[in-house]
Amino acid sequence: MFKVEAIVREEALEDVKQALFDIEVRGITVSQVMGCGTQMGYMHYVRGSASTMTMLPKVKFEVVVSTAEWADKCIKAICGTSRSGRVGDGKIFCYEIDRAVRIRTGEEGVAAIQPGPPETDEDE
Amino acid sequence: MNAADTGFITICAALVLIMTPGLAFFYGGLGRRKNVANNIMTSFFCIGVGIAMWCIVGFSLSFGADHGGVIGGFEYLFMNGVETAEDTFAPTIPLLAFAMFQMMFAVITPALIAGSIAGRMRFKALFFFVVLWSLVVYYPVAHMVWGGGFLAQIGSIDFAGGNVVHISSGVSALVLCKMLGRREGYESVSYRVHNVPLVAIGAALLLFGWFGFNAGSALAANELAVHAFATTAIAAAAAELSWMLLDVFTCGKPTLVGASTGIVIGLVAITPGCGYVPLGAAFIIGFSASIVCFFAVSVIKKKFGYDDALDAFGCHGIGGIWGGILTGVFASQGVNPAIRWNGLAFGDWHLFVAQLAAIVITIVIAIVGTIVCAKLVGLICPLRVSERDERVGLDISQHGERAYPSFNGLDD
Repeated sequence: MFKVEAIVREEALEDVKQALFDIEVRGITVSQVMGCGTQMGYMHYVRGSASTMTMLPKVKFEVVVSTAEWADKCIKAICGTSRSGRVGDGKIFCYEIDRAVRIRTGEEGVAAIQPGPPETDEDE
Repeated sequence: MNAADTGFITICAALVLIMTPGLAFFYGGLGRRKNVANNIMTSFFCIGVGIAMWCIVGFSLSFGADHGGVIGGFEYLFMNGVETAEDTFAPTIPLLAFAMFQMMFAVITPALIAGSIAGRMRFKALFFFVVLWSLVVYYPVAHMVWGGGFLAQIGSIDFAGGNVVHISSGVSALVLCKMLGRREGYESVSYRVHNVPLVAIGAALLLFGWFGFNAGSALAANELAVHAFATTAIAAAAAELSWMLLDVFTCGKPTLVGASTGIVIGLVAITPGCGYVPLGAAFIIGFSASIVCFFAVSVIKKKFGYDDALDAFGCHGIGGIWGGILTGVFASQGVNPAIRWNGLAFGDWHLFVAQLAAIVITIVIAIVGTIVCAKLVGLICPLRVSERDERVGLDISQHGERAYPSFNGLDD
Protein backbone atom coordinates (compact mmCIF):
# COMPACT_ATOMS: atom_id res chain seq x y z
CA MET A 1 0.00 0.00 0.00
CA PHE A 2 1.15 3.52 -0.70
CA LYS A 3 0.47 6.82 0.99
CA VAL A 4 0.39 9.93 -1.16
CA GLU A 5 0.95 13.08 0.85
CA ALA A 6 0.38 16.31 -1.07
CA ILE A 7 0.96 19.80 0.29
CA VAL A 8 -0.84 22.23 -1.97
CA ARG A 9 -2.05 25.83 -2.01
CA GLU A 10 -5.11 26.70 0.07
CA GLU A 11 -7.03 27.81 -3.01
CA ALA A 12 -6.41 24.43 -4.68
CA LEU A 13 -8.37 22.57 -2.00
CA GLU A 14 -11.66 22.18 -3.89
CA ASP A 15 -10.02 21.39 -7.22
CA VAL A 16 -7.76 18.68 -5.81
CA LYS A 17 -10.61 17.13 -3.86
CA GLN A 18 -12.76 17.00 -6.98
CA ALA A 19 -9.91 15.60 -9.07
CA LEU A 20 -9.38 12.76 -6.57
CA PHE A 21 -13.11 12.00 -6.48
CA ASP A 22 -13.13 11.97 -10.30
CA ILE A 23 -10.54 9.16 -10.42
CA GLU A 24 -12.62 7.13 -7.92
CA VAL A 25 -10.38 7.66 -4.92
CA ARG A 26 -12.29 7.45 -1.66
CA GLY A 27 -10.63 7.98 1.66
CA ILE A 28 -8.91 11.34 1.94
CA THR A 29 -7.66 13.23 4.98
CA VAL A 30 -7.22 16.99 4.69
CA SER A 31 -5.44 19.15 7.21
CA GLN A 32 -4.41 22.80 7.47
CA VAL A 33 -0.68 23.25 7.78
CA MET A 34 1.92 26.00 7.75
CA GLY A 35 5.10 25.62 5.83
CA CYS A 36 7.85 27.05 3.74
CA GLY A 37 10.00 25.96 0.88
CA THR A 38 13.32 27.24 -0.35
CA GLN A 39 11.94 30.74 -0.93
CA MET A 40 11.33 31.29 2.82
CA GLY A 41 8.05 33.15 2.69
CA TYR A 42 7.32 36.70 1.64
CA MET A 43 7.36 40.31 2.82
CA HIS A 44 4.24 41.38 4.69
CA TYR A 45 3.29 44.99 5.45
CA VAL A 46 1.32 46.14 8.47
CA ARG A 47 0.72 49.87 9.01
CA GLY A 48 3.75 50.76 6.99
CA SER A 49 6.11 48.35 8.70
CA ALA A 50 7.46 45.39 6.81
CA SER A 51 8.19 42.00 8.26
CA THR A 52 9.04 38.67 6.67
CA MET A 53 6.45 35.93 7.05
CA THR A 54 8.37 32.70 6.77
CA MET A 55 5.54 30.21 7.24
CA LEU A 56 2.65 30.24 4.80
CA PRO A 57 -0.66 28.46 5.21
CA LYS A 58 -1.10 25.41 2.99
CA VAL A 59 -3.42 22.42 2.77
CA LYS A 60 -2.23 18.84 3.12
CA PHE A 61 -3.97 15.87 1.51
CA GLU A 62 -3.24 12.36 2.67
CA VAL A 63 -4.50 9.45 0.57
CA VAL A 64 -3.69 5.77 1.08
CA VAL A 65 -4.04 3.57 -2.03
CA SER A 66 -3.46 -0.11 -2.69
CA THR A 67 -0.89 -0.12 -5.53
CA ALA A 68 1.91 1.95 -7.02
CA GLU A 69 -0.22 2.35 -10.14
CA TRP A 70 -2.98 3.98 -8.07
CA ALA A 71 -0.43 6.24 -6.39
CA ASP A 72 0.72 7.31 -9.80
CA LYS A 73 -2.87 8.11 -10.84
CA CYS A 74 -3.34 10.22 -7.71
CA ILE A 75 -0.13 12.12 -8.23
CA LYS A 76 -1.01 12.89 -11.84
CA ALA A 77 -4.49 14.05 -10.83
CA ILE A 78 -3.19 16.30 -8.07
CA CYS A 79 -0.45 17.81 -10.20
CA GLY A 80 -2.84 18.34 -13.07
CA THR A 81 -5.29 20.45 -11.08
CA SER A 82 -3.05 22.29 -8.68
CA ARG A 83 -0.10 23.24 -10.85
CA SER A 84 -0.18 26.96 -11.52
CA GLY A 85 3.45 27.40 -12.53
CA ARG A 86 4.18 29.90 -9.73
CA VAL A 87 6.43 29.45 -6.72
CA GLY A 88 4.45 27.94 -3.86
CA ASP A 89 2.53 25.23 -5.75
CA GLY A 90 3.65 22.65 -3.18
CA LYS A 91 5.12 19.19 -2.95
CA ILE A 92 3.98 15.57 -3.10
CA PHE A 93 5.63 12.76 -1.12
CA CYS A 94 4.94 9.10 -1.52
CA TYR A 95 5.56 6.47 1.15
CA GLU A 96 5.11 2.77 1.39
CA ILE A 97 2.76 1.74 4.16
CA ASP A 98 3.09 -1.63 5.83
CA ARG A 99 -0.17 -1.83 7.73
CA ALA A 100 -3.71 -0.45 7.52
CA VAL A 101 -6.72 -1.21 9.74
CA ARG A 102 -10.42 -0.35 9.42
CA ILE A 103 -11.51 0.47 12.93
CA ARG A 104 -15.18 -0.38 12.46
CA THR A 105 -14.67 -4.00 11.35
CA GLY A 106 -11.06 -4.76 12.26
CA GLU A 107 -10.17 -5.61 8.63
CA GLU A 108 -6.50 -5.31 7.78
CA GLY A 109 -4.38 -4.71 4.73
CA VAL A 110 -5.75 -3.79 1.32
CA ALA A 111 -9.27 -4.82 2.41
CA ALA A 112 -9.14 -2.01 4.97
CA ILE A 113 -8.79 0.68 2.33
CA GLN A 114 -11.26 -0.72 -0.16
CA PRO A 115 -15.03 -0.30 0.20
CA GLY A 116 -16.01 -2.34 3.25
CA PRO A 117 -19.07 -4.43 4.19
CA PRO A 118 -22.31 -2.41 4.43
CA GLU A 119 -23.35 -1.18 7.85
CA THR A 120 -25.86 -3.39 9.65
CA ASP A 121 -29.17 -1.77 10.68
CA GLU A 122 -29.49 -3.18 14.20
CA ASP A 123 -28.29 -0.05 16.00
CA GLU A 124 -30.67 2.41 14.32
CA MET B 1 -31.25 71.98 35.75
CA ASN B 2 -31.92 71.54 32.03
CA ALA B 3 -33.47 68.21 31.11
CA ALA B 4 -32.13 68.14 27.54
CA ASP B 5 -28.57 68.88 28.64
CA THR B 6 -28.69 66.36 31.47
CA GLY B 7 -30.11 63.62 29.25
CA PHE B 8 -27.55 64.37 26.55
CA ILE B 9 -24.56 64.31 28.89
CA THR B 10 -25.72 61.15 30.62
CA ILE B 11 -25.98 59.35 27.30
CA CYS B 12 -22.63 60.74 26.18
CA ALA B 13 -21.10 59.32 29.35
CA ALA B 14 -22.28 55.88 28.30
CA LEU B 15 -20.89 56.47 24.81
CA VAL B 16 -17.49 57.33 26.25
CA LEU B 17 -17.55 54.18 28.32
CA ILE B 18 -18.08 51.95 25.27
CA MET B 19 -14.80 53.33 23.93
CA THR B 20 -12.91 51.37 26.56
CA PRO B 21 -14.10 47.94 25.40
CA GLY B 22 -13.70 49.26 21.85
CA LEU B 23 -10.09 50.06 22.57
CA ALA B 24 -9.72 46.64 24.17
CA PHE B 25 -10.83 44.89 20.97
CA PHE B 26 -8.78 47.22 18.78
CA TYR B 27 -5.62 46.36 20.70
CA GLY B 28 -6.62 42.73 21.13
CA GLY B 29 -6.97 42.17 17.41
CA LEU B 30 -3.73 43.98 16.64
CA GLY B 31 -1.70 41.92 19.04
CA ARG B 32 -0.65 38.31 19.07
CA ARG B 33 -3.06 35.44 19.40
CA LYS B 34 -1.44 34.14 22.54
CA ASN B 35 -1.88 37.51 24.27
CA VAL B 36 -5.36 38.50 23.14
CA ALA B 37 -7.19 37.92 26.43
CA ASN B 38 -4.47 39.82 28.27
CA ASN B 39 -4.60 42.71 25.81
CA ILE B 40 -8.35 42.98 26.27
CA MET B 41 -8.05 42.55 30.03
CA THR B 42 -5.65 45.49 30.30
CA SER B 43 -8.51 47.72 29.19
CA PHE B 44 -11.30 45.88 30.94
CA PHE B 45 -9.77 46.07 34.38
CA CYS B 46 -9.50 49.84 33.96
CA ILE B 47 -13.28 49.93 33.99
CA GLY B 48 -13.28 48.57 37.53
CA VAL B 49 -10.26 50.47 38.81
CA GLY B 50 -11.09 53.72 37.02
CA ILE B 51 -14.67 53.96 38.21
CA ALA B 52 -13.86 52.88 41.76
CA MET B 53 -10.95 55.27 42.17
CA TRP B 54 -12.85 58.14 40.59
CA CYS B 55 -15.75 57.75 42.95
CA ILE B 56 -13.47 57.47 45.96
CA VAL B 57 -10.95 60.22 45.35
CA GLY B 58 -10.47 60.93 41.66
CA PHE B 59 -13.32 63.34 41.06
CA SER B 60 -12.36 65.27 44.14
CA LEU B 61 -8.72 65.58 43.12
CA SER B 62 -9.56 66.54 39.55
CA PHE B 63 -12.41 68.95 40.10
CA GLY B 64 -12.26 69.92 43.73
CA ALA B 65 -11.20 73.38 44.88
CA ASP B 66 -7.91 74.41 43.36
CA HIS B 67 -4.61 74.04 45.20
CA GLY B 68 -1.68 75.81 43.59
CA GLY B 69 -3.11 75.40 40.11
CA VAL B 70 -1.99 71.79 40.18
CA ILE B 71 -4.52 69.65 41.99
CA GLY B 72 -7.97 69.72 43.56
CA GLY B 73 -8.87 68.84 47.11
CA PHE B 74 -10.55 66.16 49.16
CA GLU B 75 -13.93 67.78 49.66
CA TYR B 76 -15.69 65.24 47.44
CA LEU B 77 -14.07 62.16 48.97
CA PHE B 78 -16.36 59.14 48.36
CA MET B 79 -18.51 61.53 46.30
CA ASN B 80 -19.58 63.20 49.51
CA GLY B 81 -21.77 66.21 48.78
CA VAL B 82 -21.65 65.83 45.01
CA GLU B 83 -25.38 65.44 44.70
CA THR B 84 -26.09 68.66 46.55
CA ALA B 85 -23.23 70.88 45.43
CA GLU B 86 -23.51 73.54 42.78
CA ASP B 87 -22.16 72.64 39.34
CA THR B 88 -19.77 75.40 38.32
CA PHE B 89 -18.28 73.43 35.45
CA ALA B 90 -21.54 72.74 33.61
CA PRO B 91 -24.25 74.94 35.12
CA THR B 92 -27.21 73.35 33.35
CA ILE B 93 -26.60 69.79 34.52
CA PRO B 94 -26.25 68.23 37.96
CA LEU B 95 -22.68 68.01 39.25
CA LEU B 96 -23.02 64.25 39.47
CA ALA B 97 -23.80 64.05 35.75
CA PHE B 98 -20.64 66.03 35.04
CA ALA B 99 -18.73 63.74 37.40
CA MET B 100 -20.04 60.61 35.68
CA PHE B 101 -19.17 61.97 32.26
CA GLN B 102 -15.65 62.86 33.36
CA MET B 103 -15.31 59.50 35.05
CA MET B 104 -15.42 57.68 31.73
CA PHE B 105 -12.42 59.69 30.56
CA ALA B 106 -10.52 58.58 33.63
CA VAL B 107 -11.40 54.99 32.71
CA ILE B 108 -10.14 55.01 29.14
CA THR B 109 -6.96 57.04 29.61
CA PRO B 110 -4.91 54.43 31.50
CA ALA B 111 -6.24 51.74 29.16
CA LEU B 112 -4.51 53.52 26.27
CA ILE B 113 -1.11 53.01 27.89
CA ALA B 114 -1.52 49.26 27.69
CA GLY B 115 -1.06 49.40 23.94
CA SER B 116 2.64 49.96 24.17
CA ILE B 117 3.47 47.37 26.79
CA ALA B 118 1.48 44.55 25.25
CA GLY B 119 2.91 41.09 25.52
CA ARG B 120 5.42 41.52 28.28
CA MET B 121 4.09 43.40 31.33
CA ARG B 122 3.15 41.53 34.46
CA PHE B 123 -0.55 42.09 35.06
CA LYS B 124 -0.08 42.67 38.78
CA ALA B 125 2.48 45.35 37.99
CA LEU B 126 0.15 47.02 35.48
CA PHE B 127 -2.66 47.00 38.00
CA PHE B 128 -0.66 48.89 40.61
CA PHE B 129 0.82 51.11 37.94
CA VAL B 130 -2.63 52.23 36.78
CA VAL B 131 -3.67 52.99 40.35
CA LEU B 132 -0.58 55.12 40.96
CA TRP B 133 -0.55 56.73 37.51
CA SER B 134 -4.13 57.89 37.90
CA LEU B 135 -3.18 59.66 41.11
CA VAL B 136 0.17 61.04 39.99
CA VAL B 137 -0.52 61.96 36.35
CA TYR B 138 -4.16 61.81 35.32
CA TYR B 139 -5.93 63.64 38.14
CA PRO B 140 -3.39 66.51 38.21
CA VAL B 141 -3.44 66.96 34.42
CA ALA B 142 -7.24 66.78 34.31
CA HIS B 143 -7.32 69.40 37.02
CA MET B 144 -4.81 71.60 35.28
CA VAL B 145 -6.67 71.54 31.97
CA TRP B 146 -10.33 71.23 32.95
CA GLY B 147 -10.51 71.79 36.68
CA GLY B 148 -9.44 75.42 36.49
CA GLY B 149 -5.79 74.76 37.10
CA PHE B 150 -2.57 76.09 35.66
CA LEU B 151 -2.86 74.96 32.04
CA ALA B 152 -6.30 76.50 31.70
CA GLN B 153 -5.03 79.70 33.33
CA ILE B 154 -2.30 80.19 30.71
CA GLY B 155 -4.96 80.08 28.03
CA SER B 156 -4.30 76.71 26.46
CA ILE B 157 -7.39 74.88 25.25
CA ASP B 158 -8.33 71.24 25.10
CA PHE B 159 -11.94 70.57 24.28
CA ALA B 160 -12.29 66.85 24.81
CA GLY B 161 -8.97 65.62 26.10
CA GLY B 162 -6.16 65.76 23.55
CA ASN B 163 -3.79 66.71 26.36
CA VAL B 164 -5.49 65.09 29.28
CA VAL B 165 -6.15 61.78 27.62
CA HIS B 166 -3.99 61.24 24.58
CA ILE B 167 -0.75 63.07 25.14
CA SER B 168 -0.52 62.02 28.77
CA SER B 169 -1.20 58.37 28.05
CA GLY B 170 0.73 58.26 24.79
CA VAL B 171 3.92 59.70 26.27
CA SER B 172 3.55 57.57 29.40
CA ALA B 173 3.19 54.58 27.12
CA LEU B 174 6.46 55.43 25.40
CA VAL B 175 8.33 55.81 28.67
CA LEU B 176 6.91 52.61 30.08
CA CYS B 177 7.71 50.58 26.99
CA LYS B 178 11.29 51.84 27.12
CA MET B 179 11.54 50.85 30.77
CA LEU B 180 10.14 47.40 30.07
CA GLY B 181 12.34 46.69 27.10
CA ARG B 182 11.49 45.05 23.84
CA ARG B 183 9.60 41.84 23.36
CA GLU B 184 11.55 38.65 22.70
CA GLY B 185 12.22 38.24 19.04
CA TYR B 186 11.24 41.82 18.30
CA GLU B 187 13.59 42.18 15.37
CA SER B 188 12.21 39.19 13.53
CA VAL B 189 8.54 39.29 14.38
CA SER B 190 7.47 42.83 15.05
CA TYR B 191 3.87 42.68 13.90
CA ARG B 192 1.32 39.95 14.25
CA VAL B 193 -2.19 41.23 13.61
CA HIS B 194 -3.96 38.07 14.58
CA ASN B 195 -7.59 39.07 14.21
CA VAL B 196 -8.40 41.71 11.63
CA PRO B 197 -12.19 41.77 12.14
CA LEU B 198 -11.65 42.33 15.86
CA VAL B 199 -9.57 45.41 15.03
CA ALA B 200 -12.41 46.68 12.87
CA ILE B 201 -14.99 46.05 15.59
CA GLY B 202 -12.80 47.91 18.04
CA ALA B 203 -12.41 50.85 15.69
CA ALA B 204 -16.17 50.89 15.11
CA LEU B 205 -16.94 51.05 18.83
CA LEU B 206 -14.28 53.69 19.31
CA LEU B 207 -15.76 55.79 16.49
CA PHE B 208 -19.29 55.44 17.82
CA GLY B 209 -18.28 56.28 21.36
CA TRP B 210 -16.03 59.13 20.30
CA PHE B 211 -19.04 61.15 19.24
CA GLY B 212 -20.02 61.13 22.90
CA PHE B 213 -16.43 61.88 23.90
CA ASN B 214 -16.24 64.98 21.69
CA ALA B 215 -19.80 66.25 21.40
CA GLY B 216 -20.50 65.61 25.09
CA SER B 217 -17.55 67.78 26.04
CA ALA B 218 -19.73 70.76 25.14
CA LEU B 219 -21.44 69.83 28.44
CA ALA B 220 -24.80 70.86 26.98
CA ALA B 221 -27.10 69.90 24.12
CA ASN B 222 -26.31 72.96 22.04
CA GLU B 223 -24.83 74.11 18.74
CA LEU B 224 -21.32 73.69 20.07
CA ALA B 225 -22.00 70.02 20.71
CA VAL B 226 -23.30 69.64 17.18
CA HIS B 227 -20.25 71.46 15.84
CA ALA B 228 -17.98 69.10 17.75
CA PHE B 229 -19.94 66.16 16.35
CA ALA B 230 -19.40 67.45 12.82
CA THR B 231 -15.68 68.12 13.17
CA THR B 232 -15.28 64.66 14.70
CA ALA B 233 -16.99 62.98 11.76
CA ILE B 234 -15.02 64.95 9.20
CA ALA B 235 -11.65 64.39 10.82
CA ALA B 236 -12.24 60.66 11.22
CA ALA B 237 -13.25 60.34 7.59
CA ALA B 238 -10.35 62.42 6.28
CA ALA B 239 -7.88 60.44 8.33
CA GLU B 240 -9.28 57.09 7.23
CA LEU B 241 -9.05 58.04 3.57
CA SER B 242 -5.60 59.48 4.08
CA TRP B 243 -4.29 56.27 5.65
CA MET B 244 -5.84 54.18 2.90
CA LEU B 245 -4.01 56.36 0.35
CA LEU B 246 -0.76 55.93 2.27
CA ASP B 247 -1.25 52.17 2.28
CA VAL B 248 -1.72 52.20 -1.48
CA PHE B 249 1.39 54.34 -2.02
CA THR B 250 3.62 52.30 0.25
CA CYS B 251 2.51 48.74 -0.24
CA GLY B 252 0.05 48.72 -3.07
CA LYS B 253 -3.23 47.87 -1.36
CA PRO B 254 -5.51 49.64 1.15
CA THR B 255 -5.81 47.49 4.25
CA LEU B 256 -8.63 47.12 6.74
CA VAL B 257 -6.18 47.45 9.62
CA GLY B 258 -4.92 50.66 8.05
CA ALA B 259 -8.41 52.05 7.54
CA SER B 260 -9.33 51.23 11.14
CA THR B 261 -6.14 52.84 12.39
CA GLY B 262 -6.73 55.91 10.26
CA ILE B 263 -10.18 56.39 11.78
CA VAL B 264 -8.79 56.24 15.30
CA ILE B 265 -5.99 58.64 14.49
CA GLY B 266 -8.35 61.20 12.99
CA LEU B 267 -10.45 60.98 16.13
CA VAL B 268 -7.42 61.47 18.35
CA ALA B 269 -6.21 64.46 16.40
CA ILE B 270 -9.53 66.30 16.39
CA THR B 271 -10.11 65.71 20.11
CA PRO B 272 -8.43 68.85 21.48
CA GLY B 273 -9.94 71.15 18.86
CA CYS B 274 -13.33 69.68 17.98
CA GLY B 275 -15.24 72.48 19.65
CA TYR B 276 -12.86 75.23 18.57
CA VAL B 277 -11.88 74.76 14.93
CA PRO B 278 -14.01 75.45 11.85
CA LEU B 279 -15.42 72.50 9.89
CA GLY B 280 -12.98 73.03 7.02
CA ALA B 281 -10.04 72.80 9.38
CA ALA B 282 -11.25 69.36 10.45
CA PHE B 283 -10.46 68.06 6.98
CA ILE B 284 -6.91 69.33 7.26
CA ILE B 285 -6.43 68.06 10.80
CA GLY B 286 -7.70 64.58 9.98
CA PHE B 287 -5.90 64.21 6.68
CA SER B 288 -2.55 65.39 8.00
CA ALA B 289 -2.76 63.39 11.23
CA SER B 290 -2.69 60.09 9.37
CA ILE B 291 0.39 61.15 7.46
CA VAL B 292 2.21 62.26 10.59
CA CYS B 293 1.31 59.12 12.54
CA PHE B 294 2.07 56.80 9.62
CA PHE B 295 5.52 58.31 9.54
CA ALA B 296 5.87 57.95 13.30
CA VAL B 297 4.77 54.33 13.26
CA SER B 298 6.75 53.13 10.29
CA VAL B 299 9.89 55.26 10.19
CA ILE B 300 10.50 56.83 13.59
CA LYS B 301 9.67 53.73 15.58
CA LYS B 302 12.08 51.64 13.54
CA LYS B 303 14.80 54.26 13.69
CA PHE B 304 14.72 54.63 17.46
CA GLY B 305 14.00 51.00 18.05
CA TYR B 306 11.47 51.30 20.87
CA ASP B 307 8.92 48.52 21.04
CA ASP B 308 5.65 50.41 21.18
CA ALA B 309 3.83 47.17 20.52
CA LEU B 310 0.44 48.43 19.44
CA ASP B 311 1.42 52.04 18.71
CA ALA B 312 -0.04 53.74 21.74
CA PHE B 313 2.57 56.47 21.41
CA GLY B 314 2.61 56.47 17.63
CA CYS B 315 -1.15 56.95 17.37
CA HIS B 316 -2.32 58.56 20.58
CA GLY B 317 0.78 60.38 21.68
CA ILE B 318 1.81 61.76 18.32
CA GLY B 319 -1.80 62.20 17.20
CA GLY B 320 -2.63 64.12 20.37
CA ILE B 321 0.43 66.34 20.05
CA TRP B 322 -0.28 67.06 16.39
CA GLY B 323 -3.93 67.78 17.16
CA GLY B 324 -2.97 70.08 20.00
CA ILE B 325 -0.60 72.03 17.78
CA LEU B 326 -3.14 72.34 14.97
CA THR B 327 -5.74 73.48 17.50
CA GLY B 328 -3.37 76.34 18.19
CA VAL B 329 -3.42 77.07 14.47
CA PHE B 330 -7.09 76.76 13.60
CA ALA B 331 -9.03 77.63 16.76
CA SER B 332 -11.50 80.41 16.15
CA GLN B 333 -13.53 82.64 18.43
CA GLY B 334 -16.13 82.59 15.70
CA VAL B 335 -16.73 78.93 16.48
CA ASN B 336 -16.37 79.17 20.26
CA PRO B 337 -16.26 82.60 21.89
CA ALA B 338 -15.06 81.14 25.18
CA ILE B 339 -11.43 81.00 24.06
CA ARG B 340 -9.02 83.79 24.89
CA TRP B 341 -7.27 84.14 21.52
CA ASN B 342 -7.68 83.04 17.93
CA GLY B 343 -5.36 80.53 16.37
CA LEU B 344 -2.34 81.16 14.17
CA ALA B 345 -4.37 80.88 10.96
CA PHE B 346 -6.44 83.86 12.11
CA GLY B 347 -3.46 86.04 12.82
CA ASP B 348 -2.79 85.58 16.55
CA TRP B 349 0.25 83.72 17.92
CA HIS B 350 -0.68 83.72 21.64
CA LEU B 351 -2.84 80.63 21.55
CA PHE B 352 -0.28 78.73 19.50
CA VAL B 353 2.40 79.43 22.09
CA ALA B 354 0.07 78.50 24.93
CA GLN B 355 -0.72 75.22 23.19
CA LEU B 356 2.95 74.43 22.75
CA ALA B 357 3.61 75.25 26.40
CA ALA B 358 0.74 73.05 27.56
CA ILE B 359 1.92 70.18 25.39
CA VAL B 360 5.46 70.40 26.70
CA ILE B 361 4.29 70.61 30.31
CA THR B 362 2.00 67.63 29.86
CA ILE B 363 4.82 65.64 28.29
CA VAL B 364 7.14 66.44 31.18
CA ILE B 365 4.53 65.48 33.77
CA ALA B 366 3.83 62.26 31.91
CA ILE B 367 7.49 61.32 31.69
CA VAL B 368 8.32 62.11 35.30
CA GLY B 369 5.10 60.65 36.63
CA THR B 370 5.50 57.42 34.70
CA ILE B 371 9.07 56.91 35.86
CA VAL B 372 8.06 57.53 39.46
CA CYS B 373 5.07 55.19 39.28
CA ALA B 374 6.99 52.45 37.52
CA LYS B 375 9.83 52.62 40.03
CA LEU B 376 7.36 52.43 42.92
CA VAL B 377 5.62 49.45 41.36
CA GLY B 378 9.02 47.86 40.82
CA LEU B 379 9.38 47.74 44.60
CA ILE B 380 6.35 45.45 44.80
CA CYS B 381 7.03 43.10 41.89
CA PRO B 382 9.02 43.02 38.64
CA LEU B 383 7.39 44.96 35.82
CA ARG B 384 8.15 42.41 33.17
CA VAL B 385 7.02 38.79 32.94
CA SER B 386 9.58 36.00 32.96
CA GLU B 387 10.95 34.87 29.63
CA ARG B 388 9.06 31.61 29.75
CA ASP B 389 5.80 33.40 30.55
CA GLU B 390 6.34 35.68 27.60
CA ARG B 391 6.93 32.75 25.27
CA VAL B 392 3.93 30.80 26.47
CA GLY B 393 1.79 33.89 26.17
CA LEU B 394 0.25 36.19 28.71
CA ASP B 395 -3.21 34.70 28.37
CA ILE B 396 -2.00 31.51 29.97
CA SER B 397 0.69 32.90 32.23
CA GLN B 398 -1.20 35.89 33.65
CA HIS B 399 -4.81 34.79 33.46
CA GLY B 400 -4.87 31.03 32.99
CA GLU B 401 -7.19 31.45 30.02
CA ARG B 402 -7.05 30.28 26.43
CA ALA B 403 -8.82 32.75 24.20
CA TYR B 404 -9.71 30.40 21.35
CA PRO B 405 -9.95 26.62 21.12
CA SER B 406 -7.25 25.28 18.83
CA PHE B 407 -8.04 25.87 15.20
CA ASN B 408 -9.14 22.38 14.32
CA GLY B 409 -11.76 22.41 17.00
CA LEU B 410 -10.17 20.41 19.79
CA ASP B 411 -11.33 22.24 22.93
CA ASP B 412 -8.62 22.07 25.52
